[in-house]
Amino acid sequence: MAIEALRCKECRAEYPLDARYVCDRCFGPLEVAYDYSDLDVAEVRRKVQAGPRSIWRYGDFLPFEATPRPGLTTGTTPLIRADRLAERLGLGEVYIKNDAANPTHSFKDRVVSVALAKAVELGFDVVACASTGNLANAVAAHAAHAGLDSYVFIPADLEEQKVLATGVYGTNLVAVKGNYDDVNRLCTEISGEHAWAFVNVNLRPYYAEGSKTLAYEIAEQLAFTLPDRIVAPIASGSLFTKIGRGFQEWLDLGLLDGELPAFNGAQAAGCSPVARAYADGHEVCRPVRPDTIAKSLAIGNPADGPYALELARSTGGGIDAVTDDEIRAGVRLLAETTGIFTETAGGVTIATLRKLAERGDIGTGERVVAVITGEGLKTLDVARDTFERWEIEPSLDEFEAERAGRVPTATR
Amino acid sequence: MAVTVKIPTQLRPVTDGEAETEVDGGTVGEVLDALFDRYTDLRERICDDGELRRFVNVYVGGEDIRFADGLETEVTDGAEVTILPAVAGG
Repeated sequence: MAIEALRCKECRAEYPLDARYVCDRCFGPLEVAYDYSDLDVAEVRRKVQAGPRSIWRYGDFLPFEATPRPGLTTGTTPLIRADRLAERLGLGEVYIKNDAANPTHSFKDRVVSVALAKAVELGFDVVACASTGNLANAVAAHAAHAGLDSYVFIPADLEEQKVLATGVYGTNLVAVKGNYDDVNRLCTEISGEHAWAFVNVNLRPYYAEGSKTLAYEIAEQLAFTLPDRIVAPIASGSLFTKIGRGFQEWLDLGLLDGELPAFNGAQAAGCSPVARAYADGHEVCRPVRPDTIAKSLAIGNPADGPYALELARSTGGGIDAVTDDEIRAGVRLLAETTGIFTETAGGVTIATLRKLAERGDIGTGERVVAVITGEGLKTLDVARDTFERWEIEPSLDEFEAERAGRVPTATR
Repeated sequence: MAVTVKIPTQLRPVTDGEAETEVDGGTVGEVLDALFDRYTDLRERICDDGELRRFVNVYVGGEDIRFADGLETEVTDGAEVTILPAVAGG
């Protein structure tokens, strides 16, 4: 597939394929435009199936003329059928797309793999990002692998696990005294003054394309068919909308039949600008000050909010918000029924899935995919004090006595 | 009321290359009008039908004006107004 230009999502103005992200004419966001006309469906499908076990098997749909030299191996994460979760929720066919199974344990490896390859192609020596945590891990790791200098900007109150799992790679780690939106504003300013590749600022059009690979993988893992519904978290709205774009591209090409799944967005009640705009019938989001345990989703001023709203509305989905307690219960529910321990963002997704099920919004015949974007070990505090442990001497008698007091006879 | 306005790189082609400028105004709206008088091509870049375009963020002292009174937000002498694209992050 030929990559054509950067195109404004608002006014359709076109720009050359360099490090830019804003339309000079209307300030709208730029997106990569491709020319699909030369692609042969059967050939594309063969190429995908014969490709490497990474996101680069979808190289025709990523913003490069020639597939770049791969870095850390990203993608082809498991799609797991979750029958026990489905049963608990009274649903039919539920799958978990477990994107914690990536090199730095979140979906951010997808976007960073693409952004860093583009940074190298464009000749940058320094990469940088504004992050709520997962992106920090990914940029620091992929930059280390590629031998690039990096600057990673995070809110100062980030979870310790995410701070440690970033610093270890030897990045310039900058903790900003403020929330993510302050960090993002600062990085937008810095990107104008330094010739750095900010993956989610001046390279954002390329970076965002990486999230499409989640859609391609889900479709391929379902034998080139579409699910009926996607439940995925919304922070900036980029992941959510790009999953939609990935499916749409394959539908347009004839690689998939049918129509887009219903898209259900998941937000934390403590940071739900998109869910609120959805409920109020608005087309734009009013920013909020985040206050939630789901820090990876704590973006109060979401750049792709309007497009996330459009996707949810046009596909017959929706956008919901769930409380911190529901998020903790969601983490627990997924862990107990699937053996997958997700971070708080995954708790938001599962809590939203539960809410949709309880409300009767999901038909029992539906095939639903819930997108788990990150790893539970990154937000360990959620699990603290949610269970008991038995503390005993190394004695058989003591163990049996303890067990007799705790486990009901019928279940022994 | 003299206010410092910081101009993002994307708008500098219409501000004679200026990254920062000083104008007078008591509200964000007045500050922007003063800017539009000085740089005639700036208005259509960031405004549509008299409203800020939806992908433009304006801050006073680092605070998004949508947390205050929008274009009616008051600015004090020496305040710093920053205009930035809203399409970054995440």
